[in-house]
Amino acid sequence: MKKLITPLIVLLAFTIASCGGGESTDTADDGSVKKKPASMLESTVPASERITLDNKGVGRIKDLPLDATIDVEMVARGEKIFNTNCSACHKIDKRFIGPSPKGIMKRRSPEWIMNMILDPQLMVEQDRCAKDLLIEFNGAAMANQNMTVEQARDILEYFRTLD
Amino acid sequence: MKTNIFLKSTLIIGLITLIVGCGQNGNNGSGALGSSIAEKVYVAPGERDEQYAFLSGGYSGNLTVYGLPSGRLFKEIPVFSQFPTSGYGYSEETKPMLNTSFGFIPWDDLHHPDISQTNGELDGRWIFANGNNTPRIARISLTTFETEEIIEVPNSAGNHSSSFITENTEYVVAGTRFAVPVPQQDMPINEYKANFKGALTFIAVDQEHGHMDIKFQLLMPGFNYDLSHPGRGKSHGWFFFSTYNTEEANTLLEVNASQNDKDFIAAINWKKIEEFVNNGGGTKMAANYAHNVYDESTHMATSTMKKEVLTVNPMDVPGAIYFLPTPKSPHGCDVDPNGEYIIGAGKLSANITVHSFDKMLAAIEAEKFDGDAYGIPILNYDDVLAGSVQSGGLGPLHTEFDGRGNAYTTFFISSEVVKWKLDTWEVVDRKPTYYSVGHLMIPGGNSRKPHGKYLVAMNKITKDRYLPTGPEMEHSAQIYDISGEKMELLYDFPTHGEPHYAAGADAELIMNNSKKIYRLDENNHPYGIKNPGEARIERKGKEVHIYMSSIRSHFTPDNIEGIKVGDKVYFHITNHEQDFDVPHGFAMIGQGTSEILIMPGQTKTSLWEPKQVGVWPFYCTDFCSALHQEMQGYIRVSPANSNIELSWSLDE
Repeated sequence: MKKLITPLIVLLAFTIASCGGGESTDTADDGSVKKKPASMLESTVPASERITLDNKGVGRIKDLPLDATIDVEMVARGEKIFNTNCSACHKIDKRFIGPSPKGIMKRRSPEWIMNMILDPQLMVEQDRCAKDLLIEFNGAAMANQNMTVEQARDILEYFRTLD
Repeated sequence: MKTNIFLKSTLIIGLITLIVGCGQNGNNGSGALGSSIAEKVYVAPGERDEQYAFLSGGYSGNLTVYGLPSGRLFKEIPVFSQFPTSGYGYSEETKPMLNTSFGFIPWDDLHHPDISQTNGELDGRWIFANGNNTPRIARISLTTFETEEIIEVPNSAGNHSSSFITENTEYVVAGTRFAVPVPQQDMPINEYKANFKGALTFIAVDQEHGHMDIKFQLLMPGFNYDLSHPGRGKSHGWFFFSTYNTEEANTLLEVNASQNDKDFIAAINWKKIEEFVNNGGGTKMAANYAHNVYDESTHMATSTMKKEVLTVNPMDVPGAIYFLPTPKSPHGCDVDPNGEYIIGAGKLSANITVHSFDKMLAAIEAEKFDGDAYGIPILNYDDVLAGSVQSGGLGPLHTEFDGRGNAYTTFFISSEVVKWKLDTWEVVDRKPTYYSVGHLMIPGGNSRKPHGKYLVAMNKITKDRYLPTGPEMEHSAQIYDISGEKMELLYDFPTHGEPHYAAGADAELIMNNSKKIYRLDENNHPYGIKNPGEARIERKGKEVHIYMSSIRSHFTPDNIEGIKVGDKVYFHITNHEQDFDVPHGFAMIGQGTSEILIMPGQTKTSLWEPKQVGVWPFYCTDFCSALHQEMQGYIRVSPANSNIELSWSLDE
């Protein structure tokens, strides 16, 4: 029995440690690391206004460096795709069913944006920010519009012009 | 050690229970054995079935899709009947699908589905089905599971020996059960004999799109052409039709069409007739029949009236048509996977007649005829007979094959399925059905390559099989495992309407091609909108066209004013979702039609004729999201003489 119990304890400890993932860490003045519970963060800043540039989200896009220059062809394609597939819920000039993409590049990482477009359901299940956004926007779940990675990338390039 | 003692005790108790259990089983005939049968049909939650089964819906006019072996109903595909569940036949786009030379017909009696084939094997592209009452043939896509095309069959009535396809889907064949005057005319009924005709129609299928076009109609003597099947393998190029009422009775057929000891199976060398026609043979006859085609890219159907059909007089193509005498008003006419045996099930007989294709060719070669009927040579029964199955049952109807040298025939009167061996005609097993079985289906069982694991028997009478539901019961079906020497009854399940024939295929053949969404960027509907920014309303006199979009969970626009009593309002709604299984519905209060269900990326149109002044709501009928209840809108209806301008908005 002992042989079985030891790995169980290790597993349990690991599970508990993993649960800490929902919290954010901060460095205090004295250099020590203090943990703030996630709930405290939420209550102060609405998800739509939170800056989460370090968060790449959950999904197939792991790392997406962007060129310094904006590709105008991609922007043109991205705008068209956005108008067809996204504009029913996202307006540039106002908060609508979902948040406006205006200024999104200052709030979210390219990877997070791509992952959210490509698999919103997974993001809402596993990404804290996506989950909080769903709650903030009245439970209106973002539709999976079956975009290809290339299409999502074009949309992202279009978003870069919306500062 | 305590654990071990506990384990041992449990095992012993378990064993005792098992032994006791077995003793009980001996008494009531279920239990341990029963549980192993249950496992054979049990498809665990989240797991999928092994095969698709497409059962005709008979007088429902539709086709139902089931899983095998679970017997779970997946879908009802509207074919010949209006279907409020999806709006088929109610939406403006699909109304033309039900157009005929008699006008809009909202119903038919769907009998014999048949899956398209290549080289005699199921290819899973399309499934064809016949409308028996107002003769029509439909083609259903097996990627969208939607009816894509319906062609009316002129000069036909009781379109029953249909819709069977040749082994490369060159033709879908439609035979007439009720002979009629050709062309139709005002004449005394009792002049039927020698004057009425039985048209056998060969409809060419375009291999790329599946589009159907009548190649020729063979105007046969006025018998009743009951069922048919194509030759396959060596008999490819021939088609076989069972006939009854060779007496040509026009009244009390129950008695008067049962006089002749033998009727015929008509053997048609269609390749020969095709060649004759390709060389300019045949006679063009004025006709009037509808050809309705649904375009997946525009999401719209169009109906075209065709005005001519090419007819062929059997006398003009000598050597193409022969009659094979077959006892007792044959019903089923089935061909084995090798194409050698043509099986005629005399429905008033105890035995099954098996003709040999090779013997038939030899007799034709030797010109050994036993007279003729209206100039068509009749072969000698004994010359073409391969064998006769002394079944011991009564009322044989239909035969399917397992690809392992066995045939399975249903017996209506004695309510059973009989398994017998091809070549030796020996009966090897029989199992009861509940009750009065009609057709049976083995997936691929009418092809060169049957997928012979399960057999579905479709019954005409249900009686006590399920909890009673008033005088009308859904018809019952039984699933048998036919993988062993003896058939094993696995499961009972209710069907919808009246299943006549069915078709089935391995899941792999179909599931991977099944479409998940319609792509918005491929939507070419003339009233579709590519983005909500194009939402608008246009008035043309009393006609109002609303270009609307829907996505979880709002319509754009959702507030509309300037509609007047007496207007004809067309809602053209594009579903802007691009995710699998997220349709939106639409319904308007007081609308004289059904709701419509719009698939992702699709545009559908619903007509509303407002009759009362007021502010009237519309809403989404499909629970689409957590905010589905919020998916609604209002339309202000003003008096006919009002000056209120058209206006529309969302969130303003």
